[in-house]
Amino acid sequence: MSGHVVPVKTYLLIFFALMILTIATTGAAFVDMGIWNTPVALAIATAKMILVVLFFMHAKYTHGLTQVVILCGFFFLALLVAFTLADELTRHWGPQPHAWSAILLLARGVF
Amino acid sequence: MADSAVHNAHAHPPGFAHQFETMDQQRESATMGMWVFLVTEILFFGGLFGSYIVYRALYHDSFEIGSNLLNIKFGAVNTIVLIGSSLTMALAIHAAQAGKKAREQMMWLLLTILLGAIFLALKFTFEWTADYHEHLIPGFGFVVRPEWGAAGPHVPIFFCFYFFMTGLHATHMIVGIPILFVMTWMASRNKFNADYNAPLENTGLYWHFVDIVWIFLFPLLYLVGGRWGTH
Amino acid sequence: MSTATLDIHAHDAPLPSGERKNYLNVDHSVKSWLLTYDHKRIAILYLISITLMFFVGGLFAVLMRVHLIEPQGFLVAPENYNKLFTMHGVIMVFSFLVPSIPATLGNFLVPMMIGARDLAFPKLNLMSWYIYVIGAAFTLYSVISGGVDTGWTFYTPYSSSFAHTQVVPTAIGVFITGFSSILTGLNFIVTIHKMRAPGLNWFRLPLFIWAMYATSVIFILGTPVIAVTMFLLGLERLLHIGIFDPAIGGDPILFQHLFWFYSHPAVYIMILPGMGVMSELITAFSRKRIFGYTFVAFSSLAIAVISFLVWGHHMFVTGQSVYAGLIFSVLSFLVAIPSAIKVFNWTATLYKGSISYEAPMLYALGFIGLFTMGGLTGLFLASLATDVHLNGTYFIVAHFHYIMVGGAVMAYLGGLHFWWPKITGRLYPDAWARFAALVIFVGFNLTFFPQFVLGYLGMPRRYAVYPLEFQTLNVMSSAGASILGIGYLIPLIYLIWSFKYGPSAGPNPWGAKGLEWTTPSPPPTENFPTIPVVTEQAYDYAQTTGMVEHG
Repeated sequence: MSGHVVPVKTYLLIFFALMILTIATTGAAFVDMGIWNTPVALAIATAKMILVVLFFMHAKYTHGLTQVVILCGFFFLALLVAFTLADELTRHWGPQPHAWSAILLLARGVF
Repeated sequence: MADSAVHNAHAHPPGFAHQFETMDQQRESATMGMWVFLVTEILFFGGLFGSYIVYRALYHDSFEIGSNLLNIKFGAVNTIVLIGSSLTMALAIHAAQAGKKAREQMMWLLLTILLGAIFLALKFTFEWTADYHEHLIPGFGFVVRPEWGAAGPHVPIFFCFYFFMTGLHATHMIVGIPILFVMTWMASRNKFNADYNAPLENTGLYWHFVDIVWIFLFPLLYLVGGRWGTH
Repeated sequence: MSTATLDIHAHDAPLPSGERKNYLNVDHSVKSWLLTYDHKRIAILYLISITLMFFVGGLFAVLMRVHLIEPQGFLVAPENYNKLFTMHGVIMVFSFLVPSIPATLGNFLVPMMIGARDLAFPKLNLMSWYIYVIGAAFTLYSVISGGVDTGWTFYTPYSSSFAHTQVVPTAIGVFITGFSSILTGLNFIVTIHKMRAPGLNWFRLPLFIWAMYATSVIFILGTPVIAVTMFLLGLERLLHIGIFDPAIGGDPILFQHLFWFYSHPAVYIMILPGMGVMSELITAFSRKRIFGYTFVAFSSLAIAVISFLVWGHHMFVTGQSVYAGLIFSVLSFLVAIPSAIKVFNWTATLYKGSISYEAPMLYALGFIGLFTMGGLTGLFLASLATDVHLNGTYFIVAHFHYIMVGGAVMAYLGGLHFWWPKITGRLYPDAWARFAALVIFVGFNLTFFPQFVLGYLGMPRRYAVYPLEFQTLNVMSSAGASILGIGYLIPLIYLIWSFKYGPSAGPNPWGAKGLEWTTPSPPPTENFPTIPVVTEQAYDYAQTTGMVEHG
């Protein structure tokens, strides 16, 4: 921020990129990619978010502290989701596995 | 408030707040404050997103059925409209930072408002009205259709999320539009220039955040899957 | 930026009455109070409203303890007993404990301790008070319009589908009050980052500031989640359909995840500020530097972070998976460590200190003992095998009251007494203050220690009746509660009395270190005529014994 003015051309380029990505993600919804549909859609959405955050919201041009603040928000949200899933997805697991097979069961449960 | 000699010695620009020592400190504080507020918004929407993830993991088939009942055309158009409004917002701030006349700043702000209004109009008058008539609004005559099969009873959960999340998102836009009007009014009074445009910048941060929420809502709600072979 | 030496009296033109102008007497009109941007006045506004809510919440506690004198309960019908413990919990947690130290002492002291003229966003500060008042009004409305009986935890599906009480107004009240605390936290974070005086780097800050910062981080990250949870609860009640509704596949336990994601860190919101106060009191009244400054500072941040990783320990027996329970149990043991570090460091600070036993120090010493007991009993609850037996019993009630009342409230009172001369410019009668502190200590232990035993013996919590064999302990607890109640009334009386009739306090009646003590008592509106430059470490007391001066 501190005085840095982003040129109009940059904004237009970013907008154009966002349009391409929107078309891409919409089009991808009509293509069967098996289990990859969801990761692709989320990856595209994440890319769009990063563009908006860095350029439209000027995060690229601000203090490092701002970036820490943003990351904190996402990190703690990730904690909420991860730990809640750790409960919801393991409710119906069978009787206590041996320690070594717990890892295999965990992997199977996630994928 | 303070009558100390220190402050009399400085010539502060209009809009300067006296708890600060310099304009830079004020602007950085305002921006930091806005980002901290946006973190609260991440967690606020995050509760909904997190719950969505849980239920999507548990009831994927129901979510697919629900998602396919949404109008992907409107969803995509609205996405473009909203991203467009982010562009116009960024251009409004640019106009102020580059010292452009108030009229140009106002034009971009009014365009942002217009695009936001178009988004809301498409959502409420087209999508939601159609959903009501098709009995897809939980609590308002929702009908579980036999062709949904075994996944049918959980489809209302998908639509709960659809309406709660897009409703909360729309509420944030409805709050943002009056703020944009206030910014337009302030711009018309020549308040914003290269030295002072923090309210505009921070309004922009809010508006871009609302755009980002939609950027995730679109794939999560409209693109869950199962549309292959359709158009 | 100014580097002039501090001259306290240069810009204080006296009023026509001859009094020095300060933030209290600069304008007496009601409008000047209700529209103030001065963080010190806003702190007083909060102090008044929070005190009011404390006694309302306390009233419910008194009614409960009176009711429980008889095994069959003699005061209220069971449905209404459920309302008593719910309203007590809701008001004490959301309207009292969460804002207590941050909105009163925090608002007053944060700018002063860092050498600033005000917080970063004074208008937001005033708005946060009005939002608090509106939130409290919703809560009080739900009290007078029939009350809520779901427990302060609002568990679904009872709260969402079956309760016939005022759930929605209460949920709205919680939502709104939460927003007030978000604004406070936001203000503190930006202020502490951006407005420290020159020379005041992070490791010269008073530990109270570190504690306020850590608390504010929790405000920002946690509160929005309870907000959205209350929002979802309200929607489900109003629409009769929602994501917690089992009829459409909803999971009531998900509500608990969302609720406790905030409400566990919330308990650290309630204790961290008290820990910050503790560091100030212990150093001032042993006239010694804090032992292990860096450890205490970082332990506040560690508590803030780890507090977000343990919420499932409230759900060990409600249907959560055992595997998630294991994870949460381990992490719950971990969160005890930074708290323990603080207790060790305070104790080490006391060692070979020049200790004096004024009222604030009595509260501080009480805190060390009672918080430690509460914290240690938490470990029994973090342990899955014992929690199965203790959950839902009075052991839990005793555990959290030892921390919330024996810890947080005592720290609040200690801090209030310590900074009272600064805030009001008056001294309170120390003999009465020490007496009240002892009455509170005795009353507290008599109220809550029997509850540990009751819980261990199996008496369930939130029950309007109990088996006859528990009566003796219940009567002891109720007797203790009456003593505790009187103990709280005593400071209410003499503090208000001192406001008008107490002797004038000088700038620094305790001889304490800290920027706030370099200003007159009460301070001028702008706090510091010229922003100070800081060169000292925090708590820069001489290592040798010194005399404490009284104003």
